[in-house]
Amino acid sequence: MTAAAQPPRIPSDDRLKWALREALFAGLISFGMFVLYVGLETTQNIRNQLVLNQRWGLLAILVAIAVVGRFLIVYFIGPWFAARKAAKAAKTEVPTQSLLRRNIGWIALLALLVFPMAMVWLVGPQKSLKWVDNYGVQILIYVMLAWGLNIVVGLAGLLDLGYVAFYAVGAYSYALLSLYFGLSFWTLLPLAGILAAFWGIILGFPVLRLRGDYLAVVTLAFGEIIRLVLINWTDVTQGTFGVSGVPKASIFGIWSFEVGADNNFAKAFGLRQSSAYYKIFLFYVILAMCAVTAVVTIRLRNMPIGRAWEALREDEIACRSLGINTVTTKLTAFSIGAMFGGFAGAFFAARQGFISPESFTFHESAIILAVVVLGGMGSLFGIAVAAIVMIGGTELLREMHFLKTIFGPDFTPELYRMLIFGLAMVIVMVLKPRGLVSVRNPTAFLHERKAVSSAFTKEGHG
Amino acid sequence: MEYFIQQTINGVTLGSVYGMIAIGYTMVYGIIGMINFSHGDVFMLGTFAALIMFLILTSLVAGMGVAAMLLVMMATAIVMSSLWSWVIERIAYRPLRGSFRLAPLITAIGMSIVLSNFIQVTQGPRNKPIPPMVTKVYDVYGVTISLKQILIVLITIVMMTAFWYVVTKTSLGRAQRATEQDRKMAALLGIDVDRTISITFVMGASLAGVAGAMYLMYYGVATFSDGFIPGVKAFTAAVLGGIGSLPGALLGGLLIGLIESLWSAYFSIDYKDVATFSILAIVLIFKPSGLLGRPEIEKV
Repeated sequence: MTAAAQPPRIPSDDRLKWALREALFAGLISFGMFVLYVGLETTQNIRNQLVLNQRWGLLAILVAIAVVGRFLIVYFIGPWFAARKAAKAAKTEVPTQSLLRRNIGWIALLALLVFPMAMVWLVGPQKSLKWVDNYGVQILIYVMLAWGLNIVVGLAGLLDLGYVAFYAVGAYSYALLSLYFGLSFWTLLPLAGILAAFWGIILGFPVLRLRGDYLAVVTLAFGEIIRLVLINWTDVTQGTFGVSGVPKASIFGIWSFEVGADNNFAKAFGLRQSSAYYKIFLFYVILAMCAVTAVVTIRLRNMPIGRAWEALREDEIACRSLGINTVTTKLTAFSIGAMFGGFAGAFFAARQGFISPESFTFHESAIILAVVVLGGMGSLFGIAVAAIVMIGGTELLREMHFLKTIFGPDFTPELYRMLIFGLAMVIVMVLKPRGLVSVRNPTAFLHERKAVSSAFTKEGHG
Repeated sequence: MEYFIQQTINGVTLGSVYGMIAIGYTMVYGIIGMINFSHGDVFMLGTFAALIMFLILTSLVAGMGVAAMLLVMMATAIVMSSLWSWVIERIAYRPLRGSFRLAPLITAIGMSIVLSNFIQVTQGPRNKPIPPMVTKVYDVYGVTISLKQILIVLITIVMMTAFWYVVTKTSLGRAQRATEQDRKMAALLGIDVDRTISITFVMGASLAGVAGAMYLMYYGVATFSDGFIPGVKAFTAAVLGGIGSLPGALLGGLLIGLIESLWSAYFSIDYKDVATFSILAIVLIFKPSGLLGRPEIEKV
């Protein structure tokens, strides 16, 4: 039901007729789709029996939306898109990148550095919590995870559907080792990364022979196995109850954020007690971790191993005949990707203070993979933009209190968060199949460095 | 020994349901080489269609026979899941045909999120229990077989036979197999490839709908999140049997069902899913094309 379905060059009065017919058809289809699920609601009555509740008004609204939407798409938006596409194709010269666009990375970094301070200054320490923690820290965690997965999927072309397993390994490593052995965050952060990398090798080794979708299935299975073990190994992990009271990170052991501690940060500086300091500190920690991930990725791409990854993605057989050891190449991609997942996991545990297997479902892997692909695989900037749009955008729904005035007081926008997330995934992918940033900078070039369309890069077959 | 036979029967029942869902995965994978992640949720839509139809029938039509009721429920489930699957294919997969391989995978995952959340929003997040429909139980030499188990196995056999007939004997099936082998060549020879692919989706979804209705009859409960675990297991079954192979999907489904029920009977019920996934990993590592699949030949 996009512009692709439209036959070319139809006279305008015929087009109106055609659009009306399409709209009617869309109405019929949507009526059929929604009549049972929206028109009738199953609810439990007082005697705990299921009864049906009728909602024909809602059904009528949805069908009307489908009819009008389809009409608009066919009659107005479709031709407009086609015209724009034709205009774009006619234009031949490559636009030179402006100063702003060339330095966008530095500008973004600067903006991020002042973000928490600006928030505190704008809305005060207590209100800034939400912005720094729910938006800043959460989005940056996804940016880091997606950049880590990008090494596996975007650079080496290995489709990994169980990336969340390494995130879980990192989180549980930090939570359990700090609780049982009293080790600090800064000792355990590298250790969590190493453990996750180690698991990456363990899981990666047997699946090296697999290709493409088989690899995807086995990684999915491994992700589920790790989650199920976390649920069922109750002696150590406390199962579905989760691990609570995970110690907070400290500023390199000098100042602590635990309320009772002698070297409490707020006490040491004579400030009022507030959890905002910890969140701001965490923001800078995850920002630094993201920066490290980005630098490592960019540097690795220019090293022999990074070039081997990209060569592997382009053509595995050619790789092997050129003497590249595909086993070590794949394993390093797997373990380095896993390592960043482990770092992010340890950070996540320190930030939440509580972890349970609920946080490490397949859903999470899917969201991370979606961010990588929607951003345009291999493009760090695109992935960051995708994380901001997808995670920040759905988080914004929580803020939309004005919707309550439109839809009535018992309307809860949070309920629709994942629904809209899924729809956004589909719409972005259909409109921009190569991701938001569909330009790549090749690492090796003949005469001059220039960006190429990502349609020239392959996605690998595992 | 009775215990073993009992568990085998339970496993075969469960395996039939998995096998029916697995057919949808394996056909779609065979024809367009894509993991249709939303298929498990289409199955869940089938259980909900059957559930709502059950409630309509019990509240509006008094004194309807159980057999007629089951048939109506199954028909509703087939219609609903086919319709949804058709629409999903049109809006989320067809525009991306010929695009790169990960794009339809992402839209499929997106659609799966959309479907489960759609049901959560419209029907509420709670479990939906219904009173048992088929309660008759037979006792054969100390082994109890319930009528609903027999029904599930019988319906599976009937559906599979019909399916096998369509795929191997009709011109539609021939078009499907041709599209599977070489899409461009099939199009040159006058096969409407888009239509064939749509029909493949609808056929897979109708089996998932039947499976959904039977799942509701067997367990008597439906939840919005029901699509994921049976979906993943059915997909596992499809891969285990050799993806792209129809008998493989059924065999894989039966194996997964048996492993699951025997493992929970003799070892630990907590780790039954771990056992399933581990066996999948082991099979794939040693025989990557699955049990009945053709090995993929690597060409330069």
